[in-house]
Amino acid sequence: MTELHRLTLTELARGLDGGDFSSVEITEALLARIAAHDEGLNAFITVMSEQALAAATKADADRSAGKAGPLCGLPIAHKDIFCTRDVLTTCGSRMLENFVSPYDATIVERLAGAGAVVLGKTNMDEFAMGSSNETSYFGPVRNPWDLERSPGGSSGGSAASVAARLSPAATATDTGGSIRQPAALTNTVGIKPTYGRVSRYGMIAFASSLDQAGVITRTAADAALLLGVMAGYDERDSTSIDHPVPDYVGGIEDSLDGLRVGIVRQHFDAGLDDRCGEAVREAIAALEKLGATISVVDLPNLDYCVPTYYVVAPAECSSNLSRFDGVRFGHRADDPQDLLDLYCRSRGEGFGAEVKRRIMTGTYVLSAGYYDAYYLKAQKVRQLISEDFKNAFKDVDIIAGPTTPTPAFKLGDKTDDPITMYLNDIYTIGANLAGLPAISIPCGMVDKLPIGLHLVGPHWSEESLLCTSHRYQQETDWHTQCPEAYR
Amino acid sequence: MRARPPPGDLTLKNSGFPTVSLDKDQVQHIAMLARLRLADDEFAETVDKLSRIVDFVDQLQAAPTDDVRPMAHPLNQSQRLRPDRITEADDRDHVQQNAPAVADGLYLVPKVIE
Repeated sequence: MTELHRLTLTELARGLDGGDFSSVEITEALLARIAAHDEGLNAFITVMSEQALAAATKADADRSAGKAGPLCGLPIAHKDIFCTRDVLTTCGSRMLENFVSPYDATIVERLAGAGAVVLGKTNMDEFAMGSSNETSYFGPVRNPWDLERSPGGSSGGSAASVAARLSPAATATDTGGSIRQPAALTNTVGIKPTYGRVSRYGMIAFASSLDQAGVITRTAADAALLLGVMAGYDERDSTSIDHPVPDYVGGIEDSLDGLRVGIVRQHFDAGLDDRCGEAVREAIAALEKLGATISVVDLPNLDYCVPTYYVVAPAECSSNLSRFDGVRFGHRADDPQDLLDLYCRSRGEGFGAEVKRRIMTGTYVLSAGYYDAYYLKAQKVRQLISEDFKNAFKDVDIIAGPTTPTPAFKLGDKTDDPITMYLNDIYTIGANLAGLPAISIPCGMVDKLPIGLHLVGPHWSEESLLCTSHRYQQETDWHTQCPEAYR
Repeated sequence: MRARPPPGDLTLKNSGFPTVSLDKDQVQHIAMLARLRLADDEFAETVDKLSRIVDFVDQLQAAPTDDVRPMAHPLNQSQRLRPDRITEADDRDHVQQNAPAVADGLYLVPKVIE
């Protein structure tokens, strides 16, 4: 029974089906692991012990009664960006330090409806704005592979909790790489679906035209299992798209024969750590052995991705975060002199430095006289970037490359210069700008630190990304490696 | 294309092209537009880092975008509309448990009208 944390979601589901153990036993084992290990990692903001045990008890009863849903009794964690009814939902911010959500996000509802047991809410960069988890009001998350290093961000708590075997899976969100970059830096699988694939209702908004929910797991098969439940149209999210949801689990064993994989010429330019590049090339060679054909494609506007993102995302953030005014919910300053003072001090105190910088950047690029030069210009460049992908996907089915330029960096290393931090997302941001699905899977180690292979496909190609990842994981064992202290 | 000279408090130090890096007054003005009070000790850092961000994104000006349609939605779709009907139940008391100050179901703010 002490080994339950080693099992993947798919393995746990099989064990529950076979009566090898109960959901209560799994839940107790994982809560004990969180209690033992999380102080050093800081992956959780809230641990939901009581609710988790109650849900597990109900799941076991449902299973006995023959009413088991697809995730019945399987443990997961939620990124603290998702609203969870009657549970603290902080978004990593002082602003929402005491916010108890009055409702559930759609994906929280769907996963619970399928029988999932929620262990807790994971730490994250404040309002998902960061690539290192260092902007969280609740302190940085530490990387289980080296506690001096960042697990990446913004879904650093979700990634660290899965990497350290505190939870077999966690929900996450990705606006510029926030699922895939932490997955790469912690040796986990992270998938960001097509924009509109998963409902954003109840997911606290950062940049509405870029944000998308996904999952972090240890295997592609587990990601397929969860995504099948999370995906689908939601009338409560006006950006949700009504598109059929395929059977992700059913399609996962498909052959890669004839799959056309593209390598981006610009990806292997200066900036990419040589050894990371080497490992990624080996991973692509492994895909070739599995039947894929490899060719080179161009993304000529790749260098514009990061600056485009840092106009569009802050612009949308400045608008979305205007709701935090100290009146209806969230932090309120003491003894306001007047309404303006209430707004300015509540927001000044409630938001951290990076969030304030992004709100101000957004305010600037949207302000009179600058709108055309920055915001409208960025929207046009975004179209160019999107066209680049469209052109590339005429010749290939999937684009493969590195997820990050380097393995995990040390906490504090990139906090002085925002641009250095922003450039960490150079390979991932394009998929958000173009609304494309993308996945990062473990593909190697550099100095005992994990790195990721990044796969991007055309809109609605999650099935092919998951299948390609799964087949790769059948042939390699990078994804089974676990940091020594957490085995 | 470079930014047009902006009106109001964001006026330029030189006529013609704007200086991209921001000065203290501009940052103060942006903070006011964003309804953010910055503490004295965070102000200098904000001016420096915001300037670096604005300088960085300014490289977009070199991108050739004549005749390119701006992209507002990643799948170039338009926003769906829904019928204007009430779908949520009245949950006011529950919702207001998160409010810093309420009375009789109303949100309290400092006096607005003398």
